[in-house]
Amino acid sequence: MHIVVCIKQVPDSAQIRVHPVTNTIMRQGVPAIVNPYDLFALEEALRLKDKFGGKVTMLCMGPPQAEDALKKCISFGADDAVLVTDRSFAGADTLATSYALAAAVRQLGKEQKVDIVFTGKQTIDGDTAQVGPGIAKRLGLQLLTYVSRIADLDLENDTITVERRAEGGVQVLKTAVPCLITMLEGTNEMRFAPLENMIHAARYPVRKWNKEAAGIEDVTKIGLKGSPTVVSKVFGPTPRAEKALMQSVEDATPRDVSLNVIQKIFTQHPTLERDILAKASV
Amino acid sequence: MSEKFDVIVVGAGPSGNAAAYTAAKAGLSVLQIERGEYPGSKNVQGAILYANALEQIIPDFRDDAPLERHIIEQRMWVLDDESFVGTHFRSDDYNKPPYNRYTIIRAQFDKWFSSKVKEAGALVICETTVECLLMDGDQVVGVRCDRQGGEVFADVVILADGVNSTLARKAGFHGEIQAGNVALAVKEILFMPQETIEARFNVKDEEGVVIEMFGKITDGLMGTGFLYTNRDSITLGVGCMLSDFKQNPNRTSPYAMLEKMKAHPSIAPMIAGGEMKEYCAHLIPEGGFHAVPKVFGNGWMIVGDSGGFVNAVHREGSNLAMTTGRLAAETAIAAKAAGKGFAAKQLAGYKSALDESFVMKDLHKYRDMPSVFHDNSQFFTTYPELVNRAARTMLTVDGVDKKTKEKEIFSSFRKSRSLAGLAGDAFKLWRAFR
Repeated sequence: MHIVVCIKQVPDSAQIRVHPVTNTIMRQGVPAIVNPYDLFALEEALRLKDKFGGKVTMLCMGPPQAEDALKKCISFGADDAVLVTDRSFAGADTLATSYALAAAVRQLGKEQKVDIVFTGKQTIDGDTAQVGPGIAKRLGLQLLTYVSRIADLDLENDTITVERRAEGGVQVLKTAVPCLITMLEGTNEMRFAPLENMIHAARYPVRKWNKEAAGIEDVTKIGLKGSPTVVSKVFGPTPRAEKALMQSVEDATPRDVSLNVIQKIFTQHPTLERDILAKASV
Repeated sequence: MSEKFDVIVVGAGPSGNAAAYTAAKAGLSVLQIERGEYPGSKNVQGAILYANALEQIIPDFRDDAPLERHIIEQRMWVLDDESFVGTHFRSDDYNKPPYNRYTIIRAQFDKWFSSKVKEAGALVICETTVECLLMDGDQVVGVRCDRQGGEVFADVVILADGVNSTLARKAGFHGEIQAGNVALAVKEILFMPQETIEARFNVKDEEGVVIEMFGKITDGLMGTGFLYTNRDSITLGVGCMLSDFKQNPNRTSPYAMLEKMKAHPSIAPMIAGGEMKEYCAHLIPEGGFHAVPKVFGNGWMIVGDSGGFVNAVHREGSNLAMTTGRLAAETAIAAKAAGKGFAAKQLAGYKSALDESFVMKDLHKYRDMPSVFHDNSQFFTTYPELVNRAARTMLTVDGVDKKTKEKEIFSSFRKSRSLAGLAGDAFKLWRAFR
């Protein structure tokens, strides 16, 4: 079985600052990490490999330093890693990105037939959740989004059964392999790599593909040229007028503390007590 | 199966990077193990980079290292509660490349330094804590990490694990860290537009200013404050001895000290409008010469903060760290070439190289300085007040004749400190600086 996991290297959004004057993101000095959602995809792929055997190949499009993100995935236990990197990819939106990644998956398929492609639910820097479905569409793969659990994989009959989080419940879906799965967060926990893997990853020669090696046929579909998305305006959210208040309360027992806090809240919002009582009496 | 390397370096700060780079560059197989998420994630410094130490390791570092501003002006301020008396030294000599020192932002600098270490051929692994040294009798033969199958071997282990150096302590190479031997420093990086910085500090392009401060800002504790200009931010910090924080009757916390310093009427206008980007705290080994432990043994050497290599008087640390790292690596390279094993005898060259270098010479020169300042808090309270009052008295034009003003100043000094005390303080200082 051959599983391809697509990842993205993203700036750690917890440490990002917005430039106070220009409203642009200050990336300087912000550490780059593997998109956290992608790690759930990787761990799920590794679990399938543990169970069924086979090979997990990492795929990433990005600048040369994205190699670090791929090496990290190697340390967790992925077998191979390809970085699709070329200046002509710069400025790609989700349409152009999914075109390039789909081409690269096709190339990987020539080396060994691909059974499952995994992506994260979305990235933390773009938040679009469009690239996974875009790849599936271009490759004609069955698409399973927001998957929370893989219930069954039947390699003899090439079918897969998954649980998918949907509005108002969980859908159980069965479809044909090959397929593309976008994995939901919090569905598994990434393993802790043994030391041997860490050293292996530090040494691992990540393969680097330029646009030719990635099998890009139409250069008008990649990079800025292939990206119809236009950023028309960048603005910071307006701070809300109402602010959280700090109330310090000191009482002997938890009961007194609660009563005291409630009293303070009611003082702050004079109509609240009446509203609650009115609702309770209905 | 466990691997064996020529050298294992524990830690990816300036000393560890210098050691790993130097050893890998010479063709040794090097494994560098860092506890943080990425190299630099746990590293804190003021931060001034002294070019010379790095030049000896990477001569052309200026080509691509992320440097902020080169320093053309150094100010030294003595502050009381409302004012400061200061000296400024500014020279166009400092504008002639190659520049002597730079402000840096460590998060960026360490990332760069680590990339150089990797380019040189060392293997760098992060998020991995070394739990203990592996011994074969009394010879260090490797380390054990907190990962499955965590044993890995080497001829030499270089301990660059920072001020706490838990590893050396566990191995019994040095004792428990003493509160009187470490300073606790806190700092903020305040974002400010480049033009504002250049206007406020009278600099242009990539020129920068350093302000060293002491006096009432440290609440009578032995310590200093500092302000550095970066490209589009200002670094402001203050540090005092940990033992003093503990004993201080006012119970001033480090952050409260920094907040008070930020509100000082001479400092507040310089940082007005700055948006805080980073807040850090760190211990600095300031025990000096007498606190440096044994620095080498059978199969091991200690470098950087772990060995207490900091010149607190001149605020030098990372240059000592890089130099000790380089010297340790050079010792390992020589031992490997000699082929006579890696027992203490083969690594003794490290200690003699240290003694020959500015590192031990400077530490020796100021060997008594910490205790002089530490035991005489008047240097941080009475004198700053007296000096500022003297300046105010002399410069205020109020119809009082200068002779009377002089007398007033002298008597104010004598009132606060007896003649013998004044002479004694001068003597103590002279002896410590000698």
